[in-house]
Amino acid sequence: MKIGLDVGSTTIKCVVLDDNNQILYQSYERHYSQITEKMAELLTKIQKEIVKGKQTLLTVSGSAGMGISQTCKLPFIQEVYATRVAVGKLIPDADVIIELGGEDAKILFLSGGTEVRMNGTCAGGTGAFIDQMATLLNIPLDEMNRLAKQYEKIYTIASRCGVFAKSDVQPLLNQGARKSDISASIFAAVANQTIAGLAQGRKIDGKVIYLGGPLTFLSQLRESFDHALQTKGICPENSLYYVAIGAALSSGIETDLDTALESIKAYGTTANFLSIPPLFENQEEYDEFKRRHAECRVPRGNAETYEGDAYLGIDAGSTTVKAVLLGKDGEVLDSIYKGNSGNPVPIIREYLLSLYNKYPKIQIAAGAVTGYGEELLKNAFNIDFGIVETVAHFTAAKCFLPNVDFVIDIGGQDMKCFKIHNGAIDNIFLNEACSSGCGSFLQTFANTLGYDIEDFAKLGLFAKHPVDLGSRCTVFMNSQVKQAQKDGATTEDISAGLSVSVVKNAIYKVIRAASAEELGRNIVVQGGTFLNDAVLRIFENELGVHVSRPDISGLMGAYGAGIYAKNRSTGESTIIKKDELENFQHEVKVTSCGRCSNNCRLTINVFGGGARRFIGGNRCEKPVTKRSSSDELNMYAFKLQTLRSYQPVKGKRGQIGLPMGLNMYELLPFWHTFFTQLGFEVVLSPLSSRELYIEGQHTIPSDTVCFPAKLMHGHVQALIDQGIENIFYPCMSYNFDEGLGDNHYNCPVVAYYPEVISANMSAPDGLHFIHDYVGIHRKHDFPIKMHGVLAKYFDGISLSEIKKAAKAAYNEYDNYLARIHEKGDRMIAQAQKEHRQIIVLSGRPYHLDPEINHGIDKLIISLGAAVISEDVLSCKVHRFPTAVLNQWTYHSRLYAAAKYIGDKPDMNLVQLVSFGCGVDAITTDEVRRILEENGKIYTQIKIDEITNLGTVKIRLRSLFAALES
Amino acid sequence: MADLKFSKDGRLLFTKEMKKEYTILCPMMAPIHFQLFVNVLKNCGYNVELLTNDGPNVVQEGLKYVHNDTCYPALLVIGQFIDALHSGKYDLERTALMITQTGGGCRASNYIHLLRKALKKAGLEKIPVVSLNMSGLEHNPGFHLTLSMLRKFIAAVVYGDALMLLDNQTKAYEEIPGESRRTVEKWVDALSEQFNRGQGLSLKQLKENLNLIVKDFAQIKINKRPKIKVGIVGEIYVKYSALGNNNLEDFLAEQGCEVNVPGILNFALFKVDNRLEDIKLYGGSKAKFVVVKALMDYLLKMQNILIRAVESGQKFLAPVPYAHTKSLVKGVIGYGNKMGEGWLLTAEMLELVEQGYENIVCAQPFGCLPNHICGKGMIHRIKAVDERANIVPIDYDPSATRVNQENRIKLMLAVAREKLNKK
Repeated sequence: MKIGLDVGSTTIKCVVLDDNNQILYQSYERHYSQITEKMAELLTKIQKEIVKGKQTLLTVSGSAGMGISQTCKLPFIQEVYATRVAVGKLIPDADVIIELGGEDAKILFLSGGTEVRMNGTCAGGTGAFIDQMATLLNIPLDEMNRLAKQYEKIYTIASRCGVFAKSDVQPLLNQGARKSDISASIFAAVANQTIAGLAQGRKIDGKVIYLGGPLTFLSQLRESFDHALQTKGICPENSLYYVAIGAALSSGIETDLDTALESIKAYGTTANFLSIPPLFENQEEYDEFKRRHAECRVPRGNAETYEGDAYLGIDAGSTTVKAVLLGKDGEVLDSIYKGNSGNPVPIIREYLLSLYNKYPKIQIAAGAVTGYGEELLKNAFNIDFGIVETVAHFTAAKCFLPNVDFVIDIGGQDMKCFKIHNGAIDNIFLNEACSSGCGSFLQTFANTLGYDIEDFAKLGLFAKHPVDLGSRCTVFMNSQVKQAQKDGATTEDISAGLSVSVVKNAIYKVIRAASAEELGRNIVVQGGTFLNDAVLRIFENELGVHVSRPDISGLMGAYGAGIYAKNRSTGESTIIKKDELENFQHEVKVTSCGRCSNNCRLTINVFGGGARRFIGGNRCEKPVTKRSSSDELNMYAFKLQTLRSYQPVKGKRGQIGLPMGLNMYELLPFWHTFFTQLGFEVVLSPLSSRELYIEGQHTIPSDTVCFPAKLMHGHVQALIDQGIENIFYPCMSYNFDEGLGDNHYNCPVVAYYPEVISANMSAPDGLHFIHDYVGIHRKHDFPIKMHGVLAKYFDGISLSEIKKAAKAAYNEYDNYLARIHEKGDRMIAQAQKEHRQIIVLSGRPYHLDPEINHGIDKLIISLGAAVISEDVLSCKVHRFPTAVLNQWTYHSRLYAAAKYIGDKPDMNLVQLVSFGCGVDAITTDEVRRILEENGKIYTQIKIDEITNLGTVKIRLRSLFAALES
Repeated sequence: MADLKFSKDGRLLFTKEMKKEYTILCPMMAPIHFQLFVNVLKNCGYNVELLTNDGPNVVQEGLKYVHNDTCYPALLVIGQFIDALHSGKYDLERTALMITQTGGGCRASNYIHLLRKALKKAGLEKIPVVSLNMSGLEHNPGFHLTLSMLRKFIAAVVYGDALMLLDNQTKAYEEIPGESRRTVEKWVDALSEQFNRGQGLSLKQLKENLNLIVKDFAQIKINKRPKIKVGIVGEIYVKYSALGNNNLEDFLAEQGCEVNVPGILNFALFKVDNRLEDIKLYGGSKAKFVVVKALMDYLLKMQNILIRAVESGQKFLAPVPYAHTKSLVKGVIGYGNKMGEGWLLTAEMLELVEQGYENIVCAQPFGCLPNHICGKGMIHRIKAVDERANIVPIDYDPSATRVNQENRIKLMLAVAREKLNKK
């Protein structure tokens, strides 16, 4: 008999084969991280019922089985390899296998050169990811599958990372998008991600086999793969057990089950893990802690007896809806705290109705709403005020600690922190992708371990050895937890450890503080996550200060909104009345905007049969106002327009294609003129779009490179598809020396990305992909060297022609810069005349691309400010010392622009940072330092493929709110 | 006690007094080489100590004081420093730090600035930081990289490469476990002793020493049996540092592999050669070309001696000449690709495959910029050039778990083992 045991990240699969390789026994169950116990239980059962002491061969496989098998000296086989063994035996004519597991995604190419691929460290698109999404949608997996069948529209969702996807899905939910569409979109995203991430240029066709849990259980996920691959894949019988079967088949060493059982049971008890001291030594310490925090109380009133004006505050958060009703003295009369089940509208309707019905003596004199669902609710119920979350939280915090100088709010999905300086919000920190780890993170873990969140959190309070799990991505945390369990950590230790990681993430990743002094002495903590005493305790211990946690910690946003409404009330609220609420109607339509190339997917909410509507999903005001936003004070629009004006001119030497991405956004005037002068018709790749990206996506070899680089694959593909025979995209270590820094490099990705394109994209015969190394920084040598380069591809271009063309190119580049500078100055003057705030939207030249900046420039314009770019200002600055090695041309501009605005009260800098940009880990800190040296607020916006602008808007609105006060 | 003096732009200087009074801490990377380097510095009158502290607190300190999106090596190196400074072992008024600075287009050139920022954040800004570089960055009155010192460093690189290579080829097969390691230790001591006496540095002595070293290793009894041969390439820190790569070499040894880690001399040659390539590609001063070429030739001569010595042992696989390594990437990646490990990383993979180490771990810090290009970006093409290549890219960072890394390496090894069995 042969036993195959596949111990994965979430499940344990077992197969027993007889001597003819027929399945005698099979089982599949979740192990809830009780790995050794489950393994022992399973083997005991098999020994008793099937093996009965007979001769057996046992092999273990799976990521969680690896460590155990090693220590217990059991034969081990890597899981992908095991799959191959099983498929070789059971489906010998298979061509490609796609297997999704709990945390892994794998593709095996069998025919035409065997290759096995596994997802890298950034691990979205797996079973754990789908689980996370189901939690977010608040539906079980089979429901998600059932709903996905009825989809009508597919939204774009980034599946690379659960954190990103959440930030895509949440706004969709809040806009009122249908769960069926979202479910189908999630599956489509997973299929897309797996194929793009793992195929890496290799075509998937022939007989495709689907294996593993998610693909077995979710028919719609298979549909999505079929659709994406344009094929019909097969999910064979026993698709869950291939790894286990493969392990069993490759068993060759006789194992005594009883000995194996003993060593498994003994496993893990001796190992140690990194831990921190217990949170509380004893009950007394905990009681004292509770007593201290119980003092921070908000006054309460009695709604039953209260008469007269009251004020409503609503906080429609990402996963919960909170509302409070306040009396004249700010006392809380009534409140709710509810999961939003994906749609806050019915909850608030019901709440309002209950208020009207239960307390007829109370008049609502004003209301304010904040949070993700702000605009939706404001329009739905005609609420008086909508305010940005940071303002709401600050308003609330002041009620508890008038001299507060730091507020930190950890909610379900978001973390918001800000410093208070001179009574105004000064510095805002929001969690970004890859620095997530909030309340829902704890909740997801509690659920995977089979607990509800309250009980789970309590377990940690008296843990003996809280495990130190590190901080970072939630997806990785699973394996970290596994490792800790393997090393003998108890559930208590893990509960405390997860709380530790939430706190450390907040302090060291989001706020990036090294000590409490940096935050100030008067700290208010709030948000649902701080209701967890373990989190609060760790936070205090880590910073070494006592902080204030109001007893309405989870309601602070709503409370702040209520106070805001009270302060601004005119006596009568606009909120719709009882009769209208009773006949309340809410319809949702999904459509595409089509008013510009962004083609936003719009969700149109209509309330009260057309009386009010709310459009979600738009990036600019066009679909709302039906007018295009003005580009008069938008440097990004001007630059983009100027660049697109470099049109092809027919020439004697035929066509040459330039991919419009990365540094081409800066150097187009140069290269366009250079090649046009030489008699080439210069053809540009089209503007970036989602479709263009997808076309090139499968050839990206490194999924952690920045999005602007990834887009290049699509641009080059677009040129190839147009039949262009010469594509010019040079490697450039050096950029122009603008005299601002110690050197004038390009970053490694900009410098050498042509090499990646060349090595990973297949070009048709006859295509010249010209990606030689050129140095435009040496004006004198350039024509000579370029002559040598071009001679490799074209006959009869003389050096004198090249010299002439180069001269024109350098001139045109200077002209282009002059136009930018001049136009920029005029925009500044105009904005100053109109008393507008000027936002220096800083980044790289390629951040002009609307597909990369997601219309953030337009968003800023719609908030009433002017937008200029960093290069408008950097030319006005002389070289100055920086605290970092200032060696990249584009980055020197950032430092210079930051320096320039130091004494300009009407100018503020917002830095765009592409996710995965390694260089910006250095520039962001330095730009911040330069700005703060001059008392300026630093605002950073991280961008990636994501399409949602929710958090960006919060950031910008908070900035403007801070500037106003 | 030495006074604190500052340069014009406000940088804390390492003064002549400090040279006498201070202990200079140096981070660990490749253990054999760095022991020799430290001994060279001691020999030149600096009181240097090589840091060997590791463990989770190093990462914790790194996370606390360094921007978390910065590359993992910076986080570890700075974490190691701060962990040491916080350990209480050192008199903080008499301690300085030393770090290398490359001046290339990679963000690694900024480590020293990140270190200073971290020191400031930790309230340790009175600790001077010495930059060790060949680009003339950051002068200090108390520290000079002299020509003689440079010569000693180069010799140390060559000795280090020889010892590492011989150790790797021997220890996987030795009959008496630990014998190879003891031979390494013996020679590190012997060479340091020679350095102290100002010996072991001339080309002649280098040749003699290397021959003796090779002879010593050749005498170790081995049982040569077929083993999976694995090469390790990658970003220089995670390639060599056990702290950076979760003890990758030990893990591979446990899995029954013979490991080959290409040496540091080629990296030095590559960095020097870059200056020549720059001039060839973009133009530049002829005089500079001649000077750099002379240094290049000197290094090549050293490599030649190394190769000859290893070949003389007959039992060992010698490194291939730099020119051959370089020729392997012709048409694969351009010689202008010089940031970080640049084209050399691609070349090393091709060279390893050619030498029979077709199974390769390409180790890089998560999000390492140059390795998007010359590491992961080239795997597709390397396989097209030589289909024997069996490469697994592994990312290292504070949150990447060992389980996931080892699982992927095991997949690569499973494929390797299958091939080995077919042979």
